[in-house]
Amino acid sequence: MNGRLTLFTFASPPRFYWLTGKLIPWLWAACIALTVAGLYVGFFVAPTDATQGEAYRVIYMHVPAAWMSMLLYLVMAFWAAIGWAFNARLASMVARAIAPTGAMFTFLALWTGAFWGKPTWGTWWVWDARLTSELILLFLYLGYMALVNAIDDTRRADQAGALLAVVGAVNVPIIYFSVKWWNTLHQGATISMTAAPKMAETMLTGMLLMTFACWAYAFAVVFMRTRAIIVEREQHTEWVSEMVRKQGAGA
Amino acid sequence: MSSNPPALAACRLACRRGDRLLFRGLDFELKAGQVVWLRGPNGSGKTSLLRLLAGLSTPAEGAVTWGGVPLRQAGADWHRSLCYLAHANALKDDLSVLESLQFLARLHGHAAAEADCGEALKRVGLFSRRHAAVRTLSQGQRRRVALARLQLDAAAPVWILDEPYDALDAEGTAMLDAALSAHAARGGSAVLTSHIDLTLREPVPTVLQLDAYRVQ
Amino acid sequence: MSSVFATIVARDLRLAARRRVEALLPIAFFLVAVSLFPLGVGPEPQTLRQIAPGVVWVCALLAAMLSLTQLYGTDHADGSLEQMLLSGESLWLVSAAKALAHWIVTGAPLVLSAPLFGILFDLSAPANLTLALSLLLGTPILSLLGGLGAALTLGLRSGAVLLILIILPLCIPALIFGAGAVSAAEAGISTRGHFSLLGALLIGSGLLAPWATGAALRIATE
Repeated sequence: MNGRLTLFTFASPPRFYWLTGKLIPWLWAACIALTVAGLYVGFFVAPTDATQGEAYRVIYMHVPAAWMSMLLYLVMAFWAAIGWAFNARLASMVARAIAPTGAMFTFLALWTGAFWGKPTWGTWWVWDARLTSELILLFLYLGYMALVNAIDDTRRADQAGALLAVVGAVNVPIIYFSVKWWNTLHQGATISMTAAPKMAETMLTGMLLMTFACWAYAFAVVFMRTRAIIVEREQHTEWVSEMVRKQGAGA
Repeated sequence: MSSNPPALAACRLACRRGDRLLFRGLDFELKAGQVVWLRGPNGSGKTSLLRLLAGLSTPAEGAVTWGGVPLRQAGADWHRSLCYLAHANALKDDLSVLESLQFLARLHGHAAAEADCGEALKRVGLFSRRHAAVRTLSQGQRRRVALARLQLDAAAPVWILDEPYDALDAEGTAMLDAALSAHAARGGSAVLTSHIDLTLREPVPTVLQLDAYRVQ
Repeated sequence: MSSVFATIVARDLRLAARRRVEALLPIAFFLVAVSLFPLGVGPEPQTLRQIAPGVVWVCALLAAMLSLTQLYGTDHADGSLEQMLLSGESLWLVSAAKALAHWIVTGAPLVLSAPLFGILFDLSAPANLTLALSLLLGTPILSLLGGLGAALTLGLRSGAVLLILIILPLCIPALIFGAGAVSAAEAGISTRGHFSLLGALLIGSGLLAPWATGAALRIATE
């Protein structure tokens, strides 16, 4: 490695593998610390909501999960597109690693949405705009994962996945708009999960802490998954064989 | 054409299949009047190379050029100059022989009038079956229909043929040999594969051994 | 230049005409599927009138999807697709030609048979007309998006179901505005907004889907 650090220094799998190996423990530590702090603020410091009582506290998980699910989709589409356009192997691997985590956050957002709905509106599910869009986002994630999984040739799978992810990303605003429109037409504006309680400052702090915790978690898990993909795809190269040999000798 | 007509050339070509390279470092130039016989064991990448030369796939390394211009940028010029016959015949069971030939010809810019296609079918010996559904033809007859395109494509200087002699009987083989000879005499060139020995003598085919570029 | 476009459309139509029964199978599915709903939900006219737009639209969607797997599949298997890729014509035109042929064979009959269900579900005349018009705008969108799905899943074992999973979420806006237009017409409200949005979706997918389909074809045949 020469001394100069450029934008592309860590675009090579071995260097990326080395760097992320060092970062992952710190990311987990940050995630745990932020989660503890966020949940403490959310459950003990922030006041009870006047209209929704204690049940509203589920938004400390629901809102960050929903944000993450949408953001991760865009990030995934971005890296997949980079991998396709510039033939960058690592970018495609990162995109594939993001998908399951994004899908998980989407599922979590739906699940916590249900827990919010039950005490508040009496039903486990409400077809409001936000939740319905989350459900469709889950379908988009599942479609991406199913497609890349179904294609055996890695290069074709990466490229087809990138195209699908970009098409999905372009469609997300259209889908969201149409669902919102559909919802207001059929149910009126009264039943809505988007009517979050007025944010006391402590509530906002709690949510931000949880959001950062989710980011740390996402980075840690995506890095771990990417490392596994790297080792699997590059198993024929020298540096991987070398590393496996060393680990075998050391263990 | 007095000035240099464009030539098909490959420079340091490498081909990937799955996660490994089939061959690399292939340099190749197709000269006018030349017929190249691409040889190699099964799985060495003969069809893959033909597809690379046609511009259907992108090489893992290197480039294929037409008159010095990479194929992707050569565009319509290249497509007009190429006649590619794959291992599959590109014929639809439900269409008649004449309709199939007309479709393939029109795809490549020919007016494909019934008279011209009829002529081409006469030369491959299938004029009497021109209204029969492709479904009713034998493998060898279908191959002849596919090869009838060569009789139409007098304008295309480059022929890339994947196993053209497959399923042909002696008469069909002689017909194809004659077509290749006439093509080369006109200044055209061809690359083809064949697992049986060629009977073509005019011109004598240049052999390209793909095995020589294999990656271990 | 556009002769390649016309050649492909003409050939696909000729092939469909030679296999008339197979070409009409999606329509048969449409008929059977729509008829199942009253059997499942009950014959109460008020309920049927309410669910009619959604039911007809969803069944039309599924019927269109069923015939899509073979849009590029057979051409890929017998080598015709490669010849189309080598024709020198832009892949945008090739994809658009295939989508148009698919619409003529599958979409147009759906549009024509839908008003029949309007009557079976006791929709008012304006609503029935709106149903046909909304499908007239919507079925081409399905053919265009479906072509993209077919190209992405070319040659895969799980092709048909995977195609549906990938493409249905993208069709949801068209479904919402299309079925919404019919509900609005039934309620006597103006449908102008629905149709302009549906029209915008059609124009958008008409311009962009063939481009994406061309890219997917290139990826699949590399």
